[in-house]
Amino acid sequence: MPFESTIDVFARALSDPARPVPPQTLGREGRPDARRFAVYRNNVAVGLIGAIEARYPVTRRLVGDDFFRAMAGAYVAQEKPRSPVLIHYGAGFPDFVARFEPARAIAYLPDVARLENAWVEAYHATEAPALTIAALGEIDPGDYDGLRFSPHPAARLLRFSHPAGSIWAAHQEAGEARPPEAWRAEDALVARPEADVLVRILPPGGYQFARALFAGATLAEAAEAPALEGFDPGSHVVGLVEAGAIETIR
Amino acid sequence: MSASPASPTRVAAPLPKRGGVGLKADHVEQILAQRPDLGFFEIHAENYMGDGGPAHRRLEAIRALYPLSLHGVGLSIGSPRPLDRDHLKRLAALAERYEPGLFSEHLAWSSHDQGFLNDLLPLPYTGETLATVCDHIDETQEALGRRMLLENPSTYLLFAESTISETDFLAEIARRTGCGLLLDVNNVVVCATNHGFDAIAYLDAFPLRHVGEIHLAGYAEAEDDSGRPLLIDAHDSPVRDGVWALYAETIRRLGPTPTLIEWDNDAPAWPVLLAEARRAELAMARALALPRGKELRHAV
Repeated sequence: MPFESTIDVFARALSDPARPVPPQTLGREGRPDARRFAVYRNNVAVGLIGAIEARYPVTRRLVGDDFFRAMAGAYVAQEKPRSPVLIHYGAGFPDFVARFEPARAIAYLPDVARLENAWVEAYHATEAPALTIAALGEIDPGDYDGLRFSPHPAARLLRFSHPAGSIWAAHQEAGEARPPEAWRAEDALVARPEADVLVRILPPGGYQFARALFAGATLAEAAEAPALEGFDPGSHVVGLVEAGAIETIR
Repeated sequence: MSASPASPTRVAAPLPKRGGVGLKADHVEQILAQRPDLGFFEIHAENYMGDGGPAHRRLEAIRALYPLSLHGVGLSIGSPRPLDRDHLKRLAALAERYEPGLFSEHLAWSSHDQGFLNDLLPLPYTGETLATVCDHIDETQEALGRRMLLENPSTYLLFAESTISETDFLAEIARRTGCGLLLDVNNVVVCATNHGFDAIAYLDAFPLRHVGEIHLAGYAEAEDDSGRPLLIDAHDSPVRDGVWALYAETIRRLGPTPTLIEWDNDAPAWPVLLAEARRAELAMARALALPRGKELRHAV
């Protein structure tokens, strides 16, 4: 059998347990051996499920190991990595969780998974010096309205339908996690100005404001984005800079 | 990006003929605090293909103090399909940035139409597959601007169409491409059990003069359909006695060689891993102290 066909048959049988063990493979009896081929099937599944487990530890805790393994198994069966760089694999898992029928009852699960994915993206993002509070202090207050801020490469903004930031934070330590004090939709900022990833739950209006700034609006334009009475853009700018979410100012 | 500005702060690149271990994130803090006397660290290249972040910060700190071996697990050299050019570029960029003493990859495939399958999968050994693998190695060595080492695989089955022995296949690859070889002694023991051949006979037939590094690891035990033992290259436990014995024999024939302990899954606490590397260095020293002619012979 030509090389291409041999590998093709092997690869299809790996991904589909309903297919027979490739007939050109031999065990010690000189014929196909199901247990031998199962080692490869198992390696593929266990390795990819392991990558999803490592990326989504809180999601896993929320549903338990067995449920998570089954859910991750269903994901890896239909979505193989597009590249050998597994640190990028599993970014589509939150959307899969949102569609995964057995998890429907846990409505906040996809939001928590989205936060965990953003955390990993921030962790591996390009290095860049973040704007400092001192640099912000050197700006003439008369120039504030026209300022534009570019986001730090690690910064991610997230809008949730549930208190996913509080749920995630409550699961950062071992032991029983306390439920959120208020069950409300939260927005979050994920940043990594130095070595450590930080997650901040944004105050009201903070998401719309930061999103406008990151999209290139001036400070004065962005301050209108939340359409909130008494919105104080100054405190939000300081919050973003302190979190290391801004790279440059102009 | 030029590599030269970083060089003065780094130790020399070549791997010493000593023991080394796979670098685990959880161990880095202890390593940097204790600076243990160790030959080198090996990394899986794909784990360092993010743009930035703590992984690179840790690796820079380690590389300043120790020689580094770059070990790829995703290039899919043994595939009939063309190599992934983007992946070759990523490997070349890592090699330029960290100046590893050597780069190695596997005689295996891992990518197909569905995507990356995340396992080192086997291929038949024929004239056709030999030509393909040699082309891929030529392309890799060209892209990285250096000689690479190719590792012998652990396999759980054979192919009906194979016409060339694994040792002849590897020898011919080395002859045609000029690449070196990475001899995984655990893989030899695993394959000898799985396919029912004598590990010493494999060593006799292996083109040892091309070997630039040795891997040692632990295996797991299962059974095949006929109830025969089936060893699995699990990298999740200490090196077994039979592997240590074959390692000693390999060193007697080969001389001192950089030797890596692979313990990637369920990795132990740092002192345990370090002790395993020390054991390899001791085994190497003992093997070299034994007079020649005391080699293990074929099982009767």
